[in-house]
Amino acid sequence: MMSTPVAIVDYGMGNLRSVQNAVTHVGGKSVVVENPADLLAYDKIILPGVGAFGQAIACLRQTGLADALNERREAGARILGICLGMQLMCSVSEEDGIHEGLNWFAARVTRFLPDAGLSVPHMGWNGVDFMRDDPLLAGLESGSDAYFVHSYHVRCDDVSDVLATTDYGLEFHSMIQRGNVRGIQFHPEKSQGFGLAIIRNYLGMSC
Amino acid sequence: MLKKRLIAVLILRDGQVVQSVRFKHTNVIHYDAVHAMEAFNKWAVDEIVILNVSRDSASREKFAEIVERISSHCFVPLAAGGWIDTEEYAQKLLRSGADKLVINTALADDPQLVSRLALRYGRQCIVASMDVKRDALDNPQIAVDRGSRIIEVAPEEWARKAVELGAGEIFFNSVDHDGARKGYDLESIKKVCEAVPVPVIAFGGVFTWNHLVEGINVGASAVAVANLFHYTEQSTRKAKTHLANAGVLVRQQGQSLAPVKAGLSA
Repeated sequence: MMSTPVAIVDYGMGNLRSVQNAVTHVGGKSVVVENPADLLAYDKIILPGVGAFGQAIACLRQTGLADALNERREAGARILGICLGMQLMCSVSEEDGIHEGLNWFAARVTRFLPDAGLSVPHMGWNGVDFMRDDPLLAGLESGSDAYFVHSYHVRCDDVSDVLATTDYGLEFHSMIQRGNVRGIQFHPEKSQGFGLAIIRNYLGMSC
Repeated sequence: MLKKRLIAVLILRDGQVVQSVRFKHTNVIHYDAVHAMEAFNKWAVDEIVILNVSRDSASREKFAEIVERISSHCFVPLAAGGWIDTEEYAQKLLRSGADKLVINTALADDPQLVSRLALRYGRQCIVASMDVKRDALDNPQIAVDRGSRIIEVAPEEWARKAVELGAGEIFFNSVDHDGARKGYDLESIKKVCEAVPVPVIAFGGVFTWNHLVEGINVGASAVAVANLFHYTEQSTRKAKTHLANAGVLVRQQGQSLAPVKAGLSA
């Protein structure tokens, strides 16, 4: 099973290399996919991303990748969104206007307010507090630190979707899960042992 | 809560990791930067900054290759800088695996480049590096171009300008304190921290772990070390322990680090 490669979606937003490096480091294989038709062959799909929400969702729709991702989600593929990739899975974002997302989670993406002396973006290592068990978190310790870089944060309407929360002036949802879809706000590929273990757990999940 | 960061700095001249003393680089510490990097990766360092201090602009290409080799082993954020004077070279470093760009001389010579890069990649990607040098009257000024050219402006003014141009972070160094083993230029760092709303990384002069605590106490969000890390076994772990014992909130290497090895169980 571990020899099955994971697809890393390339829609022109951000550097995919560090995600590839992390998958390789824990013994997995990855293929960068930009053609929607090619995505249909994969049961594990990572949706990474750094950049602006509006531009990213427009890219996903224009290229047909949004349709292909919806199709894979309904077919039961395990999809993992990282950073902006997680935010794209939500219903709506307030980043520079109002943008509809993939709507896999009833969740809103809103900006951190730079009050209480906290700088925006939220950048650096912060604790990840687990709300419940999940195969993604197997063997990991609640409260471990992970590396974040983001100016907008996710809040799910349904708290049962929340895997983990993080405190930055307010408590936001840093890991989410519903069915076969999971989202991570921090960068597991840049979160040393803790993040690599999450990627290893993801690769080890059965489809 | 957000943790204070401990950053390891690799100073590269012609592809080799060198010791820096007042911006002179005579001692080679590691002939292969990847070896230095692997040691940091095993320990509790939170971020890595790699700087090309070669005086030869032709060093760009080899440096990008080293960034690429290092990044495949680097699972913490990696910031790279030195000779970033075009958008093309900035993009090359990012494609080679850098997460952030460290920009110094362009702040003086081509400020619009900094703004264009911030717009294109986001402010979080732009680290403004500033080298402070004191004049005969002990007034701090800015030195650019590997410390060779003086700009008569106060560090806090320079930092404000960098943030206006789009920098998301300030990397503070001092030519006088570099390698001088007397701790950071705390007075200047304090003024810079008070002047800008972005995180400030303190660098230059650390010789005891308590120098790190001093940097945090004047307002730095992160403390950086180069030479000292290379000469002390388990140095980053000792540094973290010292910071934690002084009441500084730092990332501790949890149990989660242990089980990750290359290869997956069946």
